[in-house]
Amino acid sequence: MADSTAPLIELRGATKIYGRIAALEDFSLTIDAARPTITAIVGESGSGKTTLARLLLGLVAPTSGQVLYQGRDLHALSGGERRTFRRDVQAIFQDPYGVYNPFYRVDHVLTTPVAKFRLAATRTEARALIEDALRAVGLRSDEILGRYPHQLSGGQRQRVMVARALLLHPHLIVADEPVSMVDASLRATILGSLRQLNQERGISIIYITHDLATAYQVADNIIVMYRASVAEAGDVELVVKAPKHPYTQLLVASIPQVSTERTWLDEQEGRPRTDVGDGGCKFVARCPVAIPVCRQVAPMPRRTEPDRVVACHHHAGADT
Amino acid sequence: MNAAVLRVEGLRVAYDHPLGEVRAVDDVWFNLRPHERFGLAGESGSGKSTMALAILRLIRPPGRIDGGEVWLDDTRLSSLSDDAMRKLRLAGIALVPQGSMNSLNPVLRIRAQIADALGDHGTTLSRRDIDTHVRDLLGHVGLPPGVAEMYPHELSGGMKQRACIAIAICLRPKVIIADEPTSALDVVVQRQVMATLARVQGELGAAVILVGHDMGLMAQFVDRLGVMYAGRLVEIAPIAEIITAPKHPYTQMLIASLPSLERKGMMQGIPGLAPLLRDLPSGCAFHPRCPKATDLCRTERPLLRDLGDHQAACHFA
Repeated sequence: MADSTAPLIELRGATKIYGRIAALEDFSLTIDAARPTITAIVGESGSGKTTLARLLLGLVAPTSGQVLYQGRDLHALSGGERRTFRRDVQAIFQDPYGVYNPFYRVDHVLTTPVAKFRLAATRTEARALIEDALRAVGLRSDEILGRYPHQLSGGQRQRVMVARALLLHPHLIVADEPVSMVDASLRATILGSLRQLNQERGISIIYITHDLATAYQVADNIIVMYRASVAEAGDVELVVKAPKHPYTQLLVASIPQVSTERTWLDEQEGRPRTDVGDGGCKFVARCPVAIPVCRQVAPMPRRTEPDRVVACHHHAGADT
Repeated sequence: MNAAVLRVEGLRVAYDHPLGEVRAVDDVWFNLRPHERFGLAGESGSGKSTMALAILRLIRPPGRIDGGEVWLDDTRLSSLSDDAMRKLRLAGIALVPQGSMNSLNPVLRIRAQIADALGDHGTTLSRRDIDTHVRDLLGHVGLPPGVAEMYPHELSGGMKQRACIAIAICLRPKVIIADEPTSALDVVVQRQVMATLARVQGELGAAVILVGHDMGLMAQFVDRLGVMYAGRLVEIAPIAEIITAPKHPYTQMLIASLPSLERKGMMQGIPGLAPLLRDLPSGCAFHPRCPKATDLCRTERPLLRDLGDHQAACHFA
């Protein structure tokens, strides 16, 4: 099935509508196959991040547009291709408690994929694979195997999920808020192991989060979403250090920094988020620099620099 | 320096557990100065939320307060009857509990919920006076008067959290304890709600205890910070000092674990796990994770020592 020139995974103008609400609107995204990268998807609740994850994982079908894996439409895959996709693309979810069955030992989530995908011929071989995967995420197998989920910490449970994904030698890991339920002191460790998998094992990672600071720390590229669309995307250094879209600027300014410079609370208490009618920019009601055209015409994403796209009337780059 | 508005003296909380007693808060001392914003930081399980509840005598079985005193001005809280304590909550010390925005009653309009709080504490006002009061309170927290007639589900997360702050301040308490008040909100809304809390606190002249794990939020909001580890305060200092010159290795590592927007590749996790409270390590509870630990740390528990305006519980501070 592999088309070596095609991107690893691609969204082409994907729209997902639930009832009368567009959770994702005309969204395009390409993850290159040639160079394994970490792409962060950042946005507030309701911006469409999780819908995007579900589309990428093939858990839901787009209302219009396409999701392509190695050049093939995800919803036209044959049984065998689908199985390959299920192995190549792995997911890590937010809640490291909910994914475990409390009646089974932790081993269960690791032995199941080994059996299902026939990764090992013998028990010894299976055990070696599992131990190797645990080691790769900084866990010692004697501290993990044989225990029940409640006997592990949240951070350990989440790292076991990373190890489980790793067992299958995936090409892509989609991690949806993997550290938002984990203590700050453990976040660094878990994100560090994702970074390591990317660099040492060549796995591409899509890191979905509401936290711009961790996104900046681990990602190469970033996509900032606002209400189902892209506000700004590109190289993480460009977007975070010199944001162009007013929403990205607001997001960057809203993060409380560990600094003796205390200007964070000086800001106005903000205008309420109000919905606008059709046609205009979705951010217009909260935008400090809105001009009349912003109320009438939705801005298209435009390439302002080789490594950045901005959807704002104030930044007229080339069409994408 | 003014006299403290709230004094916590050797507070201890224990939970009964089949495998032995769990000490969630152990011998905690600190003072809260009038108008001060004091932060309590720590990982999950460090005892910071339990502290907040213990100050208000809200610990329920199998937990119990088994030592120490809390003073609000000249009132020793342990001397109050249950009824007097109930009156003092909200009127003297108000709590904005964790996840409080989801604790609003879904079938009551906001107006009724504020009126309930007032009525419960013996405020007898005419309907018209209550309406005026509710309108004032909502205005205080930056909500339009129409919110009074709305139900919680009609409000956004930030608006719900503001409504909770309105309830917390309705009797003009001297102390507001806010336990992770913005943990469920987006960063943009978080900043707006914290700005509201800061303004309201200033207008009221109240002191605030902010409980949380976000050191960035602490750095931007509080005047002084207490860092908790395994049920004990391990460091207390003015916030600028904690950030620039933390004395306890745990505080140092906690700060180093934070993602920065300035420099890439600086965040480092703290190795190991928080200890089990029913089976604490000997000596300093942090020694198994501490890069500087010596034999002394393994055998002798360091006490909180005064280092000028700064206190730290480390043999090497």
